[in-house]
Amino acid sequence: MNTQNVESSGSHPDTGRWLIKGADLLGEKRVDILVVDGVIAAIDAEITDAEVTTVDAAGQIALPGLVDIHTHLREPGREDAETVETGTRAAAKGGYTAVFAMANSNPVADTAGVVEQVWGLGRDSGWTQVQPVGAVTVGLEGKQLSEIGAMAESRAQVRVFSDDGKCVHDPLLMRRALEYVKTFDGVVAQHSQEPRLTEGAQMNEGAVSADLGLTGWPAVAEESIIARDVLLAQHVGSRVHICHLSTKGSVELVRGAKERGIDVTAEATPHHLLLTDELVRTFDPVYKVNPPLRTDDDVQALRAAVADGTIDVVGTDHAPHPTEDKECEWTCAAMGMTGLETALSVVQHTLVDTGAVTWRDVARIMSATPARIGRLEGQGRPLEVGEPANIVLFDPAAETLVDPENHESKGRNSPYRGLTLPGAVRATFFAGHPVVLGGTLMRPHPAAGGR
Amino acid sequence: MRHLLSTRDLTRDQAIEILDTADRMAEVGQQSVKKLPALRGRTVVNLFFEDSTRTRISFESAAKRLSADVINFSAKGSSVSKGESLKDTAQTLMAMDADAVVIRHGTSGAPQRLATAGWIDAAVLNAGDGKHEHPTQALLDAMTLRQHRAALAGEETTGTGLDGMHVVIVGDILHSRVARSNMWLLTTLGARVTFVAPPTLMPVGVEHWPADVVFDLDTALARDPDAVMLLRVQRERMHAAFFPSEAEYARLWGLTPERLAALDAAGATTAIMHPGPMNRGLEISSAAADSPRSTVLRQVSNGVAVRMACLYLLLTGAR
Repeated sequence: MNTQNVESSGSHPDTGRWLIKGADLLGEKRVDILVVDGVIAAIDAEITDAEVTTVDAAGQIALPGLVDIHTHLREPGREDAETVETGTRAAAKGGYTAVFAMANSNPVADTAGVVEQVWGLGRDSGWTQVQPVGAVTVGLEGKQLSEIGAMAESRAQVRVFSDDGKCVHDPLLMRRALEYVKTFDGVVAQHSQEPRLTEGAQMNEGAVSADLGLTGWPAVAEESIIARDVLLAQHVGSRVHICHLSTKGSVELVRGAKERGIDVTAEATPHHLLLTDELVRTFDPVYKVNPPLRTDDDVQALRAAVADGTIDVVGTDHAPHPTEDKECEWTCAAMGMTGLETALSVVQHTLVDTGAVTWRDVARIMSATPARIGRLEGQGRPLEVGEPANIVLFDPAAETLVDPENHESKGRNSPYRGLTLPGAVRATFFAGHPVVLGGTLMRPHPAAGGR
Repeated sequence: MRHLLSTRDLTRDQAIEILDTADRMAEVGQQSVKKLPALRGRTVVNLFFEDSTRTRISFESAAKRLSADVINFSAKGSSVSKGESLKDTAQTLMAMDADAVVIRHGTSGAPQRLATAGWIDAAVLNAGDGKHEHPTQALLDAMTLRQHRAALAGEETTGTGLDGMHVVIVGDILHSRVARSNMWLLTTLGARVTFVAPPTLMPVGVEHWPADVVFDLDTALARDPDAVMLLRVQRERMHAAFFPSEAEYARLWGLTPERLAALDAAGATTAIMHPGPMNRGLEISSAAADSPRSTVLRQVSNGVAVRMACLYLLLTGAR
């Protein structure tokens, strides 16, 4: 079936033999991991092998390669903001071995041609696996279903469909999309934003927007769509994924839906787990994002929801923008933040160091579940013998002073600039090949390009 | 004080210093030669991205009375309308050696961005930004309120705040930078503020503000306020379903002749304030606008004095 699974399941004889020494497997036990030709060949307390390149991983957490269910790679169309090459370099640097590339490129990824182009660019880059997301509607315009079947059957094997950036707000169209993607075991990933309630919206509607006189983006505009969509999913027996859930009320709706057995999954971004709308008081557009930064109440509710499983995954919503699109007045600025290279540190800071989740949970919310939601085979697999060698080694004792000038992403719009965050990615093995070693980007996967 | 961006940031002492300075500047306006040499050789740029002839000429005459050179930069017909960024516009002005930039902008936060982004090093005066703040308007209103009370009590204004005064502000609170700036400044100076508006024109989050909120104008007026301030209602609000009709707005939230008569009958000393320009017959009746209670023209002349004071304090480094 999907040819890229050959790559990600790692049967390439030219990735060599690697011995990861003394890694802390899911933060639970100290092991050596032997990687041979793209596959985990052995995991044991002590492995000795002369024919290997040894990687010292003492003190480093070994996690399955991360999978981002929500990335904007900007190519085609906005190569000034990001390209598949720079975005996948950033992904590798952040510990990701797969990213789902959102459909709001130009042209929109609403045909087999565009998704195959993005998929091919990803395969050629060799830094991480790129799995395109297809648009639900033609041109993201919310009027007519895009060629969902053609995208699903293309070489890109699209399974996630989203108009992200825009909401599929027409309830009938949403119903049809939820029904139609069942043909391919697909999922609609909804950007929940009632458009009329958010006309001209600039920031979370509440105490801070009142002070600043910026048009509010009310929580109810997100929650009303979520409420509708879980009911639609229940009615037609489909699964629905909620992108970047941001409010306490949304958490309660998803929790209630899950209790009723509705097949809904939900995602939170790292920035919604850490930052609040108080930052908007600076009027610095680096904090402008959609959905907007909410209140501390919402942040705490989101953390609790990740801890209790109501929120299934952390997705970055990595959204790079060129400097000129952020270096302006708040209302003129583009919405979005970079996130691939800081996500794991923010998750450690907000969820692991606070005791909300364990490293095993991190593997679930940042690797296994996003891969499962997106039906991405060969990714999000457990670190076990015989599994593809997608592995990230992360040093939780390190500290990283965030300097976006050093990021691999073209985007300099990181909201964490100047913050010291815990942890650092030391190595990323992608299909058995170290694309990152010693915290440094190495070479792309040898199987990449020229195919 | 390096910039004047909002009244929320002003301390009571800073505000009173500005008002006291403004009182002295007003005295200059009474002299036959209405000019001081204080800012000779300094350049003040009026950078107006929004049309506002009233505010611009007020700042212009303030700067000129202090002998500053004034450059008026209107976004209309300039490179700004061709897509030049705020940063490039600001840096162009800096290359012309501006000492102060008076900025009026249609979006909240533009003056703060100009002051803090590191693009320029001039003093920035906010002449109104979006729905955020309009600090010199609030200062001139405070100056007017101080005079109103001093005149009734037969006292001096110097050094006083607005302690114990009660000001009712009526109208489109949601979209009003004047309401916000007044709320912060008047409460800092010790006054109590009551907002009156239809609930559609109150912001979500208003409960966090140091102001009373009532929906009924007659209830507020019955509390014998020292002043009632009517805010201009943008007629296009009606089309966005904030209220059903102008007639209904005027009847429920306008200072009608009947409400004016009720104030008179109660023997109230309530002053009638309006930041201008007025919609006669909508938020304020002609009877109210033209009554002896009206301070509208006094507000205009106080505006020049307050802006002189702000320019003087910012540019002479008196603080």
